[in-house]
Amino acid sequence: MTADRLRAAGLRSKLAGPFDLTLARGACLSVTGPSGAGKSLLLRMLADLDPSEGEFWLDGQARHDIPAPQWRRRVVYCPAESGWWDEHVAAHFPGPTLAAARALAQHVGLADGLLDGPVLRLSTGERQRLALIRALVLDPPVLLLDEPTGALDQDSTALVEAVLRDRLTAGTAIVMVTHSAEQANRLAQQHFRMAARPLAPA
Amino acid sequence: MTPILLSPGDIAIAASLLVLDGAISVLLRLDLHRQLAIAGLRLVVQLVLVGYLLRAVFALASPWVTLGVVCCMVAIAGREVAARPEQRLGRLGNYAVGAGAVAVATLLTVVLALTTAIRPHPWFDPHYAIPLVGIVLGSVLNGGSLALDSMLGGVVRERAAIEAQLTLGVPFRQAIRGLVRASVRRALLPIVNQMSAAGIITLPGIMTGQILAGMDPLEAAKYQILLIFLLSGGAALAAVAVVTLAAARLTDDRQRLRLDRLTAKRGPRTH
Repeated sequence: MTADRLRAAGLRSKLAGPFDLTLARGACLSVTGPSGAGKSLLLRMLADLDPSEGEFWLDGQARHDIPAPQWRRRVVYCPAESGWWDEHVAAHFPGPTLAAARALAQHVGLADGLLDGPVLRLSTGERQRLALIRALVLDPPVLLLDEPTGALDQDSTALVEAVLRDRLTAGTAIVMVTHSAEQANRLAQQHFRMAARPLAPA
Repeated sequence: MTPILLSPGDIAIAASLLVLDGAISVLLRLDLHRQLAIAGLRLVVQLVLVGYLLRAVFALASPWVTLGVVCCMVAIAGREVAARPEQRLGRLGNYAVGAGAVAVATLLTVVLALTTAIRPHPWFDPHYAIPLVGIVLGSVLNGGSLALDSMLGGVVRERAAIEAQLTLGVPFRQAIRGLVRASVRRALLPIVNQMSAAGIITLPGIMTGQILAGMDPLEAAKYQILLIFLLSGGAALAAVAVVTLAAARLTDDRQRLRLDRLTAKRGPRTH
């Protein structure tokens, strides 16, 4: 039996849920809905950043069988507002990931010198793409993206979507919160529309 | 040389300076004379009471009474450490962290001093143990409260940076390393200042006291040096204990950042 890439059953916290979802390898699930419906909370629970009840599995392995840092290293969450822990951009790409980051930066339309400069000089859109690259260089089996192109113009959005499509082809599963129905249709095969609380098929 | 003992008359002469303070307050309309009078009275009553209390405790020379006094002092200092930060850990976490850190840091420092450098007989002799605990507590209180304030304030301010690391699979300990370092550093700066300024800008209190009590200045200096080293150790131990205990309460078995356990202090503290 081939296990699903990501599966969640009865996933809930005090603030959101319960959620049930199943993603195969290379599948993309779009999550839409009004602000405050709990879209980001779902992603945070899947990354095991917020306490939750219920269970979820990565490639058939339950979360409690995987140490938390390893789980998050493989089910990587990119929040809408990225955080930076060093003043230099390059410090966020340890060791060999810096070279991979340079290649990806070109693909998503980022200027060459950005990786060698300070974080403070980045625009919102540049930060957003660099935070995505930070996740991509880890080559995780699952990506949890919170409005990955929210701060980007049309051209940059197309470039980012092309990179994401490559990952999907390579087997990565993506859960993507988006406000754009077009983007949901372009990338995702599964769609969830979140109403007040529970996750229901659109 | 024996110490020059003070008579009530000597104190009364010094108290005339407080009257001068009051006169200045009235003349310049500072509106401080009431507060000056109350504070001056409190000073006299508090210190005389402490003097009587210590005299009684010294006379008893009982290890249990000494321990009781030390425990009270530690509990009060722990409460002060807990009260400083704007942020509160849930379930009385600030008090647990404050009291735990103060107790560990003070105990280790004072026991080290009493069993090695000072060595009274018996080692828990209240003549030595209680003043020593008092002076170490001052430093422990300072270091502990600065570290806790820096840690709890910083973890809220740097939430995005800490969680960004967690999302990439960095263990919690590593994700808060920068904050831990900054908090301990902040706690140690006052003692560094104290050491570098000692003797040049101010004559430290202990040394002044010992010289007035008739001790040779060089002997008094040695005492002061020993004590400031103890203070530096106390401050560092308190800071490390505070950040360790606070960090444990800010995370859980899945190495999450649990800011839901923090609440902001409601309004200004009323006395």
